[in-house]
Amino acid sequence: MNNFRWIRGIFYGILILYAIITFLPFAWALSASFKPLEEIIAGGLNFIPHDFTFDNYRNIFIESPLFGRWFLNSVLVGVCVTGLNIIFNSMAGYALARVKFPGNSLLLGIILAVLMIPGQVTLIPGYLILKSLGWLNTYQGLIVPSAVNATFIFMMRQFFINFPKELEEAAALDGLSRWETFWQVVLPLAKPALAAQAIFIFMGSWNNFLMPLMITSDPGMFTLPLGLNTFKGQYISYWNYIMAASMVFTIPALGIYAFFNRYFISGVTFTGSKG
Amino acid sequence: MKRFWQKAKVREAISGYLFMAPTILVLGTFLIAPIIYAIFLSFHKVEILGGLSYRFVELKNFLRTFEDERVWIALKNTIEYVIIVVPCQTILALILALVLNKEIQGKKWFRIIFFLPTVTSSAVLTLIFIWIYNSNGLLNGLLDFFGLPTYNWLGDPSVALKSIMIMNIWSTAPFFMVIYLAALQDIPRSVYEAAKLDGANEFDQFINITVPLLKPVTFFVMVMGIIGTFQLFDQSYIFSGGTGGPNNSTLTVVLLIYQYAFRSLDMGYAAALALMLAGVILVTTLIQRGFFREEKAN
Repeated sequence: MNNFRWIRGIFYGILILYAIITFLPFAWALSASFKPLEEIIAGGLNFIPHDFTFDNYRNIFIESPLFGRWFLNSVLVGVCVTGLNIIFNSMAGYALARVKFPGNSLLLGIILAVLMIPGQVTLIPGYLILKSLGWLNTYQGLIVPSAVNATFIFMMRQFFINFPKELEEAAALDGLSRWETFWQVVLPLAKPALAAQAIFIFMGSWNNFLMPLMITSDPGMFTLPLGLNTFKGQYISYWNYIMAASMVFTIPALGIYAFFNRYFISGVTFTGSKG
Repeated sequence: MKRFWQKAKVREAISGYLFMAPTILVLGTFLIAPIIYAIFLSFHKVEILGGLSYRFVELKNFLRTFEDERVWIALKNTIEYVIIVVPCQTILALILALVLNKEIQGKKWFRIIFFLPTVTSSAVLTLIFIWIYNSNGLLNGLLDFFGLPTYNWLGDPSVALKSIMIMNIWSTAPFFMVIYLAALQDIPRSVYEAAKLDGANEFDQFINITVPLLKPVTFFVMVMGIIGTFQLFDQSYIFSGGTGGPNNSTLTVVLLIYQYAFRSLDMGYAAALALMLAGVILVTTLIQRGFFREEKAN
Protein backbone atom coordinates (compact mmCIF):
# COMPACT_ATOMS: atom_id res chain seq x y z
CA MET A 1 0.00 0.00 0.00
CA ASN A 2 2.87 2.30 0.85
CA ASN A 3 4.40 1.56 -2.53
CA PHE A 4 1.13 2.50 -4.19
CA ARG A 5 1.04 5.90 -2.56
CA TRP A 6 4.62 6.53 -3.65
CA ILE A 7 3.78 5.84 -7.32
CA ARG A 8 0.74 8.07 -7.04
CA GLY A 9 2.98 10.85 -5.76
CA ILE A 10 5.21 10.55 -8.82
CA PHE A 11 2.17 10.71 -11.10
CA TYR A 12 0.95 13.90 -9.48
CA GLY A 13 4.47 15.29 -9.67
CA ILE A 14 4.65 14.67 -13.43
CA LEU A 15 1.21 16.16 -13.99
CA ILE A 16 1.82 19.29 -11.98
CA LEU A 17 5.27 19.85 -13.48
CA TYR A 18 3.89 19.49 -16.99
CA ALA A 19 0.92 21.73 -16.21
CA ILE A 20 3.39 24.41 -15.12
CA ILE A 21 5.50 23.94 -18.26
CA THR A 22 2.36 24.28 -20.38
CA PHE A 23 0.97 27.24 -18.56
CA LEU A 24 4.13 29.31 -18.04
CA PRO A 25 4.45 30.78 -21.55
CA PHE A 26 0.81 31.88 -21.50
CA ALA A 27 1.14 33.41 -18.05
CA TRP A 28 4.29 35.21 -19.16
CA ALA A 29 2.62 36.63 -22.26
CA LEU A 30 -0.45 37.64 -20.31
CA SER A 31 1.63 39.42 -17.69
CA ALA A 32 3.70 41.21 -20.36
CA SER A 33 0.50 42.48 -21.95
CA PHE A 34 -0.24 44.44 -18.76
CA LYS A 35 3.29 45.82 -18.32
CA PRO A 36 4.56 49.13 -19.66
CA LEU A 37 7.35 48.74 -22.20
CA GLU A 38 10.07 50.00 -19.83
CA GLU A 39 9.28 47.27 -17.35
CA ILE A 40 9.46 44.58 -20.05
CA ILE A 41 12.78 45.83 -21.38
CA ALA A 42 14.27 46.07 -17.91
CA GLY A 43 13.98 42.26 -17.70
CA GLY A 44 13.43 40.35 -14.50
CA LEU A 45 11.27 37.32 -13.79
CA ASN A 46 8.29 39.02 -12.16
CA PHE A 47 4.98 37.59 -13.33
CA ILE A 48 2.96 40.25 -11.52
CA PRO A 49 3.45 43.65 -13.20
CA HIS A 50 4.83 46.41 -10.96
CA ASP A 51 3.02 49.05 -12.97
CA PHE A 52 -0.19 47.36 -13.99
CA THR A 53 -1.68 49.06 -17.07
CA PHE A 54 -4.42 48.61 -19.68
CA ASP A 55 -2.69 51.04 -22.06
CA ASN A 56 -1.33 48.31 -24.33
CA TYR A 57 -4.82 47.08 -25.11
CA ARG A 58 -6.14 50.60 -25.54
CA ASN A 59 -3.26 51.48 -27.87
CA ILE A 60 -3.45 48.51 -30.24
CA PHE A 61 -7.05 49.33 -31.08
CA ILE A 62 -6.39 53.07 -31.47
CA GLU A 63 -2.85 53.31 -32.84
CA SER A 64 -3.27 50.47 -35.29
CA PRO A 65 -6.60 51.18 -37.01
CA LEU A 66 -6.33 47.93 -38.97
CA PHE A 67 -6.29 45.74 -35.90
CA GLY A 68 -10.07 45.86 -35.50
CA ARG A 69 -10.48 45.15 -39.19
CA TRP A 70 -8.23 42.05 -38.99
CA PHE A 71 -10.25 40.84 -36.06
CA LEU A 72 -13.52 41.23 -37.97
CA ASN A 73 -12.02 39.57 -41.08
CA SER A 74 -11.03 36.58 -38.98
CA VAL A 75 -14.48 36.36 -37.41
CA LEU A 76 -16.27 36.66 -40.75
CA VAL A 77 -14.07 34.09 -42.49
CA GLY A 78 -14.17 31.72 -39.52
CA VAL A 79 -17.96 31.85 -39.19
CA CYS A 80 -18.62 31.43 -42.93
CA VAL A 81 -16.12 28.60 -43.34
CA THR A 82 -17.55 26.80 -40.31
CA GLY A 83 -21.17 27.20 -41.43
CA LEU A 84 -20.50 26.00 -44.95
CA ASN A 85 -18.41 23.06 -43.77
CA ILE A 86 -21.05 21.85 -41.35
CA ILE A 87 -23.71 21.85 -44.07
CA PHE A 88 -21.65 20.60 -47.00
CA ASN A 89 -19.67 17.93 -45.14
CA SER A 90 -22.83 16.53 -43.59
CA MET A 91 -24.63 16.48 -46.92
CA ALA A 92 -21.77 14.65 -48.59
CA GLY A 93 -21.24 12.30 -45.64
CA TYR A 94 -24.92 11.45 -45.60
CA ALA A 95 -25.07 10.78 -49.34
CA LEU A 96 -21.97 8.56 -49.17
CA ALA A 97 -23.41 6.62 -46.23
CA ARG A 98 -27.04 6.25 -47.24
CA VAL A 99 -27.96 7.31 -50.77
CA LYS A 100 -27.52 4.85 -53.65
CA PHE A 101 -26.27 6.62 -56.75
CA PRO A 102 -23.86 5.61 -59.49
CA GLY A 103 -20.33 6.68 -58.56
CA ASN A 104 -20.91 6.61 -54.81
CA SER A 105 -17.99 4.32 -54.02
CA LEU A 106 -15.76 6.03 -56.58
CA LEU A 107 -16.33 9.40 -54.88
CA LEU A 108 -15.61 7.86 -51.49
CA GLY A 109 -12.39 6.42 -52.90
CA ILE A 110 -11.36 9.83 -54.28
CA ILE A 111 -12.07 11.52 -50.94
CA LEU A 112 -9.98 8.96 -49.07
CA ALA A 113 -7.14 9.32 -51.60
CA VAL A 114 -7.24 13.11 -51.30
CA LEU A 115 -6.64 12.78 -47.55
CA MET A 116 -3.15 11.44 -48.31
CA ILE A 117 -2.07 14.37 -50.51
CA PRO A 118 -0.02 16.96 -48.60
CA GLY A 119 -1.37 20.49 -48.87
CA GLN A 120 1.76 21.95 -50.48
CA VAL A 121 1.02 20.23 -53.77
CA THR A 122 -2.17 22.21 -54.24
CA LEU A 123 -0.71 25.44 -52.88
CA ILE A 124 0.75 26.90 -56.07
CA PRO A 125 -1.87 25.72 -58.58
CA GLY A 126 -4.55 26.74 -56.06
CA TYR A 127 -3.05 30.22 -56.00
CA LEU A 128 -3.00 30.42 -59.80
CA ILE A 129 -6.63 29.26 -60.00
CA LEU A 130 -7.69 31.90 -57.47
CA LYS A 131 -5.71 34.49 -59.37
CA SER A 132 -7.42 33.67 -62.66
CA LEU A 133 -10.82 33.75 -60.94
CA GLY A 134 -9.90 37.22 -59.70
CA TRP A 135 -10.38 36.00 -56.13
CA LEU A 136 -7.07 37.14 -54.62
CA ASN A 137 -7.64 39.64 -51.80
CA THR A 138 -11.34 38.77 -51.58
CA TYR A 139 -13.50 37.16 -48.92
CA GLN A 140 -14.69 34.45 -51.31
CA GLY A 141 -11.05 33.63 -51.98
CA LEU A 142 -10.51 33.13 -48.25
CA ILE A 143 -13.77 31.20 -47.75
CA VAL A 144 -14.74 29.07 -50.76
CA PRO A 145 -11.59 26.91 -51.10
CA SER A 146 -11.99 25.89 -47.42
CA ALA A 147 -15.78 25.36 -47.61
CA VAL A 148 -15.43 21.57 -47.70
CA ASN A 149 -13.12 19.27 -45.76
CA ALA A 150 -12.40 15.70 -46.85
CA THR A 151 -11.49 14.54 -43.32
CA PHE A 152 -14.83 15.60 -41.92
CA ILE A 153 -16.80 14.24 -44.88
CA PHE A 154 -15.31 10.88 -44.02
CA MET A 155 -16.03 11.40 -40.33
CA MET A 156 -19.66 12.29 -41.04
CA ARG A 157 -20.02 9.25 -43.27
CA GLN A 158 -18.87 7.02 -40.41
CA PHE A 159 -21.33 8.78 -38.14
CA PHE A 160 -24.31 8.33 -40.49
CA ILE A 161 -23.52 4.68 -41.16
CA ASN A 162 -24.15 3.97 -37.48
CA PHE A 163 -27.26 6.12 -37.48
CA PRO A 164 -30.55 4.22 -36.77
CA LYS A 165 -32.18 3.49 -40.12
CA GLU A 166 -35.67 3.13 -38.65
CA LEU A 167 -36.00 6.89 -38.18
CA GLU A 168 -35.45 7.55 -41.85
CA GLU A 169 -37.80 4.76 -42.86
CA ALA A 170 -40.49 6.25 -40.66
CA ALA A 171 -39.90 9.64 -42.26
CA ALA A 172 -40.16 8.10 -45.72
CA LEU A 173 -43.50 6.50 -44.76
CA ASP A 174 -44.70 9.94 -43.72
CA GLY A 175 -44.02 11.05 -47.26
CA LEU A 176 -40.85 13.05 -46.69
CA SER A 177 -38.31 13.15 -49.50
CA ARG A 178 -34.61 12.42 -48.98
CA TRP A 179 -33.93 16.14 -48.85
CA GLU A 180 -36.63 16.81 -46.25
CA THR A 181 -35.64 13.78 -44.19
CA PHE A 182 -32.08 15.02 -44.09
CA TRP A 183 -32.91 18.54 -42.92
CA GLN A 184 -35.79 17.74 -40.58
CA VAL A 185 -34.85 14.37 -39.09
CA VAL A 186 -31.21 13.46 -39.62
CA LEU A 187 -29.36 16.75 -39.15
CA PRO A 188 -31.00 17.77 -35.85
CA LEU A 189 -30.02 14.42 -34.40
CA ALA A 190 -26.41 14.81 -35.51
CA LYS A 191 -25.77 17.81 -33.26
CA PRO A 192 -22.90 16.36 -31.17
CA ALA A 193 -20.96 15.36 -34.30
CA LEU A 194 -21.65 18.76 -35.82
CA ALA A 195 -20.48 20.56 -32.68
CA ALA A 196 -17.18 18.68 -32.62
CA GLN A 197 -16.70 19.40 -36.29
CA ALA A 198 -17.59 23.08 -35.90
CA ILE A 199 -14.95 23.60 -33.22
CA PHE A 200 -12.19 21.97 -35.22
CA ILE A 201 -13.06 23.83 -38.40
CA PHE A 202 -13.38 27.18 -36.64
CA MET A 203 -10.08 26.74 -34.81
CA GLY A 204 -8.42 25.67 -38.05
CA SER A 205 -9.69 28.74 -39.86
CA TRP A 206 -9.02 31.13 -36.97
CA ASN A 207 -5.43 29.94 -36.67
CA ASN A 208 -4.64 29.41 -40.36
CA PHE A 209 -1.51 31.24 -41.48
CA LEU A 210 -0.24 29.91 -44.80
CA MET A 211 -3.46 30.18 -46.86
CA PRO A 212 -4.28 33.81 -46.01
CA LEU A 213 -0.59 34.67 -46.40
CA MET A 214 -0.84 33.43 -49.97
CA ILE A 215 -4.25 34.76 -50.88
CA THR A 216 -4.07 38.27 -49.42
CA SER A 217 -1.54 41.01 -50.04
CA ASP A 218 -3.78 43.98 -49.20
CA PRO A 219 -3.39 44.67 -45.46
CA GLY A 220 -7.11 45.48 -45.26
CA MET A 221 -7.88 41.86 -46.16
CA PHE A 222 -5.46 40.28 -43.66
CA THR A 223 -6.73 37.92 -41.02
CA LEU A 224 -5.41 38.19 -37.47
CA PRO A 225 -2.44 35.78 -37.73
CA LEU A 226 -1.08 37.76 -40.68
CA GLY A 227 -1.81 41.06 -39.05
CA LEU A 228 -0.02 39.92 -35.95
CA ASN A 229 3.02 38.94 -37.99
CA THR A 230 3.22 42.35 -39.67
CA PHE A 231 2.73 43.85 -36.24
CA LYS A 232 5.93 42.14 -35.25
CA GLY A 233 7.73 43.74 -38.18
CA GLN A 234 6.26 47.17 -37.56
CA TYR A 235 6.76 47.37 -33.84
CA ILE A 236 9.72 45.06 -33.47
CA SER A 237 10.64 46.23 -30.01
CA TYR A 238 7.13 46.96 -28.76
CA TRP A 239 6.62 43.63 -27.09
CA ASN A 240 3.95 45.11 -24.86
CA TYR A 241 1.71 45.72 -27.91
CA ILE A 242 2.53 42.41 -29.53
CA MET A 243 1.64 40.50 -26.37
CA ALA A 244 -1.60 42.43 -25.88
CA ALA A 245 -2.55 41.73 -29.49
CA SER A 246 -1.68 38.05 -29.05
CA MET A 247 -3.95 37.87 -26.04
CA VAL A 248 -6.84 39.53 -27.89
CA PHE A 249 -6.33 36.94 -30.59
CA THR A 250 -6.13 33.97 -28.22
CA ILE A 251 -8.96 34.71 -25.84
CA PRO A 252 -11.92 34.09 -28.23
CA ALA A 253 -10.41 30.73 -29.22
CA LEU A 254 -9.85 29.81 -25.58
CA GLY A 255 -13.40 30.86 -24.70
CA ILE A 256 -14.88 28.65 -27.40
CA TYR A 257 -12.64 25.81 -26.36
CA ALA A 258 -13.53 26.10 -22.67
CA PHE A 259 -17.22 26.28 -23.53
CA PHE A 260 -17.23 23.29 -25.89
CA ASN A 261 -14.50 21.38 -24.10
CA ARG A 262 -16.63 18.24 -23.84
CA TYR A 263 -17.31 18.07 -27.57
CA PHE A 264 -13.73 18.92 -28.33
CA ILE A 265 -12.32 15.93 -26.48
CA SER A 266 -15.01 13.57 -27.78
CA GLY A 267 -14.31 14.85 -31.27
CA VAL A 268 -10.65 13.97 -30.90
CA THR A 269 -11.65 10.62 -29.49
CA PHE A 270 -13.70 10.02 -32.57
CA THR A 271 -10.85 10.80 -34.94
CA GLY A 272 -8.39 8.92 -32.78
CA SER A 273 -10.21 5.62 -32.88
CA LYS A 274 -10.11 5.74 -36.67
CA GLY A 275 -6.37 5.06 -36.54
CA MET B 1 -44.55 -1.43 -61.23
CA LYS B 2 -41.20 -1.72 -62.90
CA ARG B 3 -41.47 1.83 -64.17
CA PHE B 4 -42.27 3.07 -60.71
CA TRP B 5 -39.21 1.25 -59.41
CA GLN B 6 -37.06 2.86 -62.10
CA LYS B 7 -38.39 6.28 -61.25
CA ALA B 8 -37.62 5.88 -57.56
CA LYS B 9 -34.12 4.82 -58.45
CA VAL B 10 -33.55 7.83 -60.68
CA ARG B 11 -34.91 10.11 -58.00
CA GLU B 12 -32.56 8.56 -55.45
CA ALA B 13 -29.61 9.07 -57.79
CA ILE B 14 -30.56 12.69 -58.40
CA SER B 15 -30.79 13.42 -54.70
CA GLY B 16 -27.41 11.72 -54.25
CA TYR B 17 -25.78 14.10 -56.73
CA LEU B 18 -27.62 17.02 -55.18
CA PHE B 19 -26.14 16.17 -51.81
CA MET B 20 -22.69 15.80 -53.33
CA ALA B 21 -22.82 18.87 -55.58
CA PRO B 22 -21.06 21.40 -53.28
CA THR B 23 -18.37 18.86 -52.41
CA ILE B 24 -17.75 17.92 -56.02
CA LEU B 25 -17.59 21.57 -57.02
CA VAL B 26 -15.23 22.74 -54.25
CA LEU B 27 -12.98 19.67 -54.05
CA GLY B 28 -12.91 19.49 -57.84
CA THR B 29 -11.84 23.12 -58.26
CA PHE B 30 -9.53 23.56 -55.31
CA LEU B 31 -8.11 20.08 -54.75
CA ILE B 32 -8.40 17.67 -57.67
CA ALA B 33 -7.82 20.19 -60.47
CA PRO B 34 -4.83 21.70 -58.61
CA ILE B 35 -3.22 18.26 -58.23
CA ILE B 36 -3.34 17.71 -61.99
CA TYR B 37 -2.35 21.33 -62.59
CA ALA B 38 0.64 20.89 -60.24
CA ILE B 39 1.93 18.01 -62.35
CA PHE B 40 1.51 20.15 -65.47
CA LEU B 41 3.29 23.11 -63.86
CA SER B 42 6.23 21.02 -62.72
CA PHE B 43 7.18 20.32 -66.35
CA HIS B 44 6.96 23.96 -67.38
CA LYS B 45 8.66 27.26 -66.92
CA VAL B 46 5.86 29.49 -65.74
CA GLU B 47 5.70 33.21 -66.37
CA ILE B 48 3.05 34.99 -64.29
CA LEU B 49 3.90 38.61 -64.79
CA GLY B 50 1.76 40.11 -67.53
CA GLY B 51 -0.56 37.13 -68.10
CA LEU B 52 0.14 33.47 -67.54
CA SER B 53 2.40 31.71 -70.01
CA TYR B 54 4.06 28.31 -69.97
CA ARG B 55 7.10 26.88 -71.69
CA PHE B 56 7.64 23.11 -71.67
CA VAL B 57 11.03 22.33 -70.12
CA GLU B 58 10.84 18.52 -69.77
CA LEU B 59 12.50 17.36 -66.57
CA LYS B 60 14.58 20.47 -66.03
CA ASN B 61 12.72 21.57 -62.89
CA PHE B 62 13.26 18.18 -61.28
CA LEU B 63 16.91 17.93 -62.30
CA ARG B 64 17.54 21.44 -60.99
CA THR B 65 16.63 20.33 -57.47
CA PHE B 66 19.70 18.09 -57.33
CA GLU B 67 22.05 21.00 -57.99
CA ASP B 68 20.20 23.43 -55.75
CA GLU B 69 22.20 23.73 -52.56
CA ARG B 70 19.31 25.27 -50.65
CA VAL B 71 17.12 22.25 -51.39
CA TRP B 72 19.64 20.03 -49.64
CA ILE B 73 19.91 22.39 -46.69
CA ALA B 74 16.12 22.57 -46.37
CA LEU B 75 15.79 18.80 -46.71
CA LYS B 76 18.50 18.20 -44.14
CA ASN B 77 16.87 20.62 -41.69
CA THR B 78 13.44 19.10 -42.25
CA ILE B 79 14.62 15.50 -41.84
CA GLU B 80 16.60 16.39 -38.71
CA TYR B 81 13.46 18.04 -37.43
CA VAL B 82 11.24 15.02 -38.18
CA ILE B 83 13.70 12.53 -36.68
CA ILE B 84 13.97 14.42 -33.40
CA VAL B 85 10.46 15.84 -32.98
CA VAL B 86 8.30 12.83 -33.91
CA PRO B 87 9.74 10.31 -31.40
CA CYS B 88 9.95 12.94 -28.65
CA GLN B 89 6.38 14.08 -29.01
CA THR B 90 5.09 10.51 -29.33
CA ILE B 91 6.85 9.34 -26.16
CA LEU B 92 5.86 12.45 -24.23
CA ALA B 93 2.24 12.04 -25.37
CA LEU B 94 2.23 8.39 -24.29
CA ILE B 95 3.67 9.16 -20.85
CA LEU B 96 1.17 11.94 -20.24
CA ALA B 97 -1.71 9.76 -21.39
CA LEU B 98 -0.62 6.84 -19.17
CA VAL B 99 -0.42 9.11 -16.14
CA LEU B 100 -3.72 10.82 -16.88
CA ASN B 101 -5.41 7.46 -17.41
CA LYS B 102 -4.97 6.60 -13.72
CA GLU B 103 -7.60 7.49 -11.16
CA ILE B 104 -6.41 10.98 -10.36
CA GLN B 105 -8.02 14.02 -8.76
CA GLY B 106 -8.60 17.02 -10.97
CA LYS B 107 -8.11 15.03 -14.16
CA LYS B 108 -10.43 17.29 -16.09
CA TRP B 109 -8.41 20.39 -15.19
CA PHE B 110 -5.11 18.83 -16.16
CA ARG B 111 -6.59 17.92 -19.53
CA ILE B 112 -7.86 21.45 -20.10
CA ILE B 113 -4.50 23.00 -19.23
CA PHE B 114 -2.50 20.49 -21.27
CA PHE B 115 -4.64 21.18 -24.27
CA LEU B 116 -4.11 24.97 -24.29
CA PRO B 117 -1.24 25.02 -26.83
CA THR B 118 -3.22 22.91 -29.29
CA VAL B 119 -6.02 25.45 -29.25
CA THR B 120 -3.75 28.45 -29.62
CA SER B 121 -2.67 29.67 -33.02
CA SER B 122 0.86 28.86 -34.15
CA ALA B 123 1.36 32.53 -34.99
CA VAL B 124 0.67 33.54 -31.40
CA LEU B 125 2.70 30.67 -29.95
CA THR B 126 5.64 31.56 -32.14
CA LEU B 127 5.52 35.22 -31.13
CA ILE B 128 5.29 34.28 -27.45
CA PHE B 129 8.27 31.96 -27.84
CA ILE B 130 10.34 34.52 -29.74
CA TRP B 131 9.75 36.76 -26.76
CA ILE B 132 10.61 34.00 -24.28
CA TYR B 133 13.74 33.03 -26.26
CA ASN B 134 14.94 36.63 -26.30
CA SER B 135 18.52 37.00 -25.08
CA ASN B 136 17.27 38.51 -21.81
CA GLY B 137 13.93 36.69 -22.00
CA LEU B 138 12.19 34.30 -19.64
CA LEU B 139 14.02 31.11 -20.64
CA ASN B 140 17.51 32.52 -20.25
CA GLY B 141 16.36 34.19 -17.04
CA LEU B 142 15.22 30.85 -15.62
CA LEU B 143 18.32 29.00 -16.83
CA ASP B 144 20.49 31.66 -15.26
CA PHE B 145 18.48 31.50 -12.04
CA PHE B 146 19.21 27.76 -11.75
CA GLY B 147 22.85 28.30 -12.68
CA LEU B 148 22.51 26.64 -16.09
CA PRO B 149 24.15 27.84 -19.33
CA THR B 150 22.17 30.30 -21.44
CA TYR B 151 21.97 30.37 -25.24
CA ASN B 152 21.31 32.80 -28.02
CA TRP B 153 18.16 30.84 -28.94
CA LEU B 154 17.22 32.86 -32.03
CA GLY B 155 20.49 34.21 -33.38
CA ASP B 156 22.81 31.23 -33.14
CA PRO B 157 22.50 29.06 -36.29
CA SER B 158 23.37 25.91 -34.35
CA VAL B 159 20.55 26.48 -31.85
CA ALA B 160 17.78 28.22 -33.86
CA LEU B 161 16.23 25.04 -35.29
CA LYS B 162 16.34 23.39 -31.87
CA SER B 163 14.39 26.32 -30.45
CA ILE B 164 11.62 25.59 -32.94
CA MET B 165 11.82 21.86 -32.13
CA ILE B 166 11.33 22.46 -28.40
CA MET B 167 8.39 24.69 -29.08
CA ASN B 168 6.78 22.22 -31.47
CA ILE B 169 7.17 19.22 -29.15
CA TRP B 170 5.63 21.31 -26.39
CA SER B 171 2.71 22.43 -28.53
CA THR B 172 1.77 19.19 -30.33
CA ALA B 173 2.39 16.48 -27.71
CA PRO B 174 -0.92 17.25 -25.90
CA PHE B 175 -2.95 16.63 -29.05
CA PHE B 176 -1.45 13.17 -29.43
CA MET B 177 -1.88 12.64 -25.70
CA VAL B 178 -5.65 12.93 -26.15
CA ILE B 179 -5.59 10.36 -28.94
CA TYR B 180 -3.60 7.95 -26.74
CA LEU B 181 -5.96 8.62 -23.87
CA ALA B 182 -8.96 7.67 -26.00
CA ALA B 183 -7.23 4.46 -27.07
CA LEU B 184 -6.25 3.58 -23.49
CA GLN B 185 -9.84 3.89 -22.40
CA ASP B 186 -10.88 1.46 -25.13
CA ILE B 187 -8.77 -1.33 -23.65
CA PRO B 188 -11.14 -3.50 -21.56
CA ARG B 189 -10.34 -3.66 -17.84
CA SER B 190 -10.86 -7.44 -17.92
CA VAL B 191 -7.67 -7.96 -19.95
CA TYR B 192 -5.62 -6.42 -17.13
CA GLU B 193 -7.51 -8.30 -14.46
CA ALA B 194 -6.83 -11.62 -16.20
CA ALA B 195 -3.14 -10.73 -16.44
CA LYS B 196 -3.07 -9.79 -12.76
CA LEU B 197 -4.50 -13.20 -11.86
CA ASP B 198 -1.68 -14.77 -13.86
CA GLY B 199 0.75 -12.85 -11.66
CA ALA B 200 1.82 -10.13 -14.10
CA ASN B 201 3.00 -6.92 -12.42
CA GLU B 202 2.31 -3.38 -13.68
CA PHE B 203 5.42 -3.32 -15.84
CA ASP B 204 4.67 -6.71 -17.47
CA GLN B 205 1.16 -5.54 -18.16
CA PHE B 206 2.44 -2.38 -19.80
CA ILE B 207 4.90 -4.24 -22.05
CA ASN B 208 2.67 -7.21 -22.91
CA ILE B 209 -0.79 -5.66 -23.04
CA THR B 210 -0.73 -1.88 -23.33
CA VAL B 211 2.07 -1.44 -25.86
CA PRO B 212 0.86 -4.12 -28.33
CA LEU B 213 -2.74 -2.97 -28.12
CA LEU B 214 -1.67 0.62 -28.71
CA LYS B 215 0.27 -0.26 -31.86
CA PRO B 216 -2.38 0.92 -34.37
CA VAL B 217 -2.74 4.20 -32.49
CA THR B 218 1.02 4.65 -32.33
CA PHE B 219 1.11 4.16 -36.08
CA PHE B 220 -1.60 6.79 -36.49
CA VAL B 221 0.17 9.22 -34.15
CA MET B 222 3.51 8.80 -35.90
CA VAL B 223 2.06 9.17 -39.38
CA MET B 224 0.21 12.32 -38.33
CA GLY B 225 3.39 13.54 -36.63
CA ILE B 226 5.56 12.89 -39.67
CA ILE B 227 3.11 14.55 -42.05
CA GLY B 228 2.82 17.52 -39.70
CA THR B 229 6.55 17.98 -39.16
CA PHE B 230 7.41 17.58 -42.84
CA GLN B 231 5.06 20.48 -43.49
CA LEU B 232 6.65 22.81 -40.95
CA PHE B 233 6.11 26.34 -42.14
CA ASP B 234 4.43 28.87 -39.82
CA GLN B 235 7.03 28.68 -37.09
CA SER B 236 10.10 28.96 -39.28
CA TYR B 237 8.47 31.68 -41.36
CA ILE B 238 7.63 33.85 -38.35
CA PHE B 239 10.86 33.06 -36.50
CA SER B 240 13.05 34.11 -39.38
CA GLY B 241 10.78 36.74 -40.93
CA GLY B 242 10.44 34.49 -43.98
CA THR B 243 14.17 34.14 -44.69
CA GLY B 244 14.94 30.79 -43.08
CA GLY B 245 17.83 32.40 -41.23
CA PRO B 246 20.09 32.75 -39.34
CA ASN B 247 22.36 31.32 -42.04
CA ASN B 248 19.61 29.03 -43.49
CA SER B 249 19.42 27.14 -40.21
CA THR B 250 15.61 27.29 -40.03
CA LEU B 251 15.01 26.85 -43.75
CA THR B 252 12.44 24.08 -44.24
CA VAL B 253 11.21 22.50 -47.46
CA VAL B 254 7.82 24.21 -47.34
CA LEU B 255 9.40 27.57 -46.59
CA LEU B 256 11.69 27.05 -49.57
CA ILE B 257 8.71 26.17 -51.79
CA TYR B 258 7.00 29.33 -50.57
CA GLN B 259 10.09 31.44 -51.29
CA TYR B 260 10.48 30.11 -54.83
CA ALA B 261 6.77 30.42 -55.61
CA PHE B 262 5.95 33.79 -54.10
CA ARG B 263 9.27 35.63 -53.78
CA SER B 264 11.09 34.51 -56.94
CA LEU B 265 7.77 33.79 -58.74
CA ASP B 266 9.34 30.60 -60.07
CA MET B 267 6.10 28.60 -59.91
CA GLY B 268 7.11 25.67 -62.11
CA TYR B 269 10.19 24.91 -60.06
CA ALA B 270 8.27 25.37 -56.82
CA ALA B 271 5.58 22.96 -58.05
CA ALA B 272 8.25 20.37 -58.85
CA LEU B 273 9.68 20.78 -55.33
CA ALA B 274 6.20 20.37 -53.82
CA LEU B 275 5.59 17.17 -55.76
CA MET B 276 8.93 15.79 -54.61
CA LEU B 277 8.06 16.61 -51.01
CA ALA B 278 4.71 14.83 -51.44
CA GLY B 279 6.63 11.85 -52.80
CA VAL B 280 8.96 11.82 -49.80
CA ILE B 281 6.02 11.98 -47.38
CA LEU B 282 4.17 9.22 -49.20
CA VAL B 283 7.19 6.91 -49.30
CA THR B 284 7.94 7.53 -45.60
CA THR B 285 4.35 6.71 -44.69
CA LEU B 286 4.41 3.51 -46.77
CA ILE B 287 7.74 2.36 -45.29
CA GLN B 288 6.36 2.96 -41.83
CA ARG B 289 3.21 1.05 -42.63
CA GLY B 290 5.26 -1.88 -43.88
CA PHE B 291 7.30 -1.78 -40.69
CA PHE B 292 4.21 -1.84 -38.50
CA ARG B 293 2.63 -4.67 -40.54
CA GLU B 294 5.73 -6.80 -40.18
CA GLU B 295 5.73 -6.24 -36.43
CA LYS B 296 2.12 -7.36 -36.31
CA ALA B 297 2.92 -10.62 -38.14
CA ASN B 298 5.47 -11.64 -35.50
